[in-house]
Amino acid sequence: MCIASPGKIMSIKGNKALVDFGGVEREVLADLAPNAKKGDYVLVHAGFVMKILEKKDALERLEFFKEIENPAPKARKPGKKR
Amino acid sequence: MAKNIAKTGKILPKTKKNITIMEVCGTHTNAIARFGIKKLLGPKIRLVSGPGCPVCVTSASDIGAISSISLQKNVILCTFADLLRVPGPQGSLEGARASGADVRVVYSPYDAVELARTTEKTVVLCAAGFETTAPLIALCVKKAAELRLKNFYIYPMLKLITPAVDALLKTENNIDAFLLPGHVSLVLGTGPYGFIARKYGKPGVVAGFEEKEILTAIDMILAQILQQNTQKPPKTAKIENAYPPVRAEGNPDALKIMAEVFAPAAAEWRGFGVMPASGLALRKKYQSFDAARKFALPRSPRAAAADKKCLCARVLQGRVEPEKCGYFGKKCTPQRPQGPCMVSSEGACHAAYSYGE
Repeated sequence: MCIASPGKIMSIKGNKALVDFGGVEREVLADLAPNAKKGDYVLVHAGFVMKILEKKDALERLEFFKEIENPAPKARKPGKKR
Repeated sequence: MAKNIAKTGKILPKTKKNITIMEVCGTHTNAIARFGIKKLLGPKIRLVSGPGCPVCVTSASDIGAISSISLQKNVILCTFADLLRVPGPQGSLEGARASGADVRVVYSPYDAVELARTTEKTVVLCAAGFETTAPLIALCVKKAAELRLKNFYIYPMLKLITPAVDALLKTENNIDAFLLPGHVSLVLGTGPYGFIARKYGKPGVVAGFEEKEILTAIDMILAQILQQNTQKPPKTAKIENAYPPVRAEGNPDALKIMAEVFAPAAAEWRGFGVMPASGLALRKKYQSFDAARKFALPRSPRAAAADKKCLCARVLQGRVEPEKCGYFGKKCTPQRPQGPCMVSSEGACHAAYSYGE
């Protein structure tokens, strides 16, 4: 899947970064984002950092991810018109 | 946003029966179905899936080859989850596993490199994906070379999306515009899509994956089509970017590593046959990591005769909707798939079955 997940770098040493994906942490490789540093928000695909995100953009994406993983009871069902 | 789009649909020229927008990204296929976007668009705007699911466009002969490799002695085959259940000429990888093959699912291709460091066995990574995944595989091969690993190989099945788009537009088609892939574009940037507008006069907009991002991109496509059809002189089509993380120049580090390890090569696609310069082959320096070479497999083995009733090939070209396939929902479901479009969560048939009504 090309669905890259947004997360926050909690620590980074060399090319290995520990990323928090909204509660779940995983070690990923940062070779494609050599300027990545602790505290950066990033997009991760298949265990690699693809892009450093703007904080505001990242926080919105994390919120969206949380919502689709755990939809609120009153969320609109797919297929229904607004 | 959806009301705006439906309104735009109504004021499009009456000569146009409908507008057909093709998406070429499996993640878009899934998101569009999941969010029920087709129903929001009104009757004049058709969203069709193209060849954007890397597992779906993997040829039957490649599936046969990796199954065959997995059954060799002392081989550990590493694969992304979606490939496991794709039917091949001698069954699926899952079937090979049941026959004793050591087939392991990896989340990251680098897990296969780590595995090769800890075992004497031969580790073969199934390298399927588009330009989002290609740089990662390239990095893995480079790291394996740096570590001097003698037991790590890849079976290259990587594909390039723009040759498939060109092939579709060269033949008679009813595609009016493209929703362009978000994460492939993180790597490629927007430049490589220029030919869609310049050569074929069709708009293309790079889209993100949230509901509002997909709708925004569709809105931008329609605005272009309206301008093309109503302004005098008509405005020319262009490629636009509606996904903020994407930069016009892409990711130079990713492009550099891809070019260092791989060169464009002919590749066999399900639904398209062999297309020149549409896949990636290892460059001479890294050829020792090629599993096809190692296992002396013919590069284009003869595939078993395809089941003509399985319409995956035509679904991948956007010529047929999944529901029109006679197998859909009956002989072919996600639990008992007949073709890859139903196996992969990025496949058009899987999406239509899972989220359809």
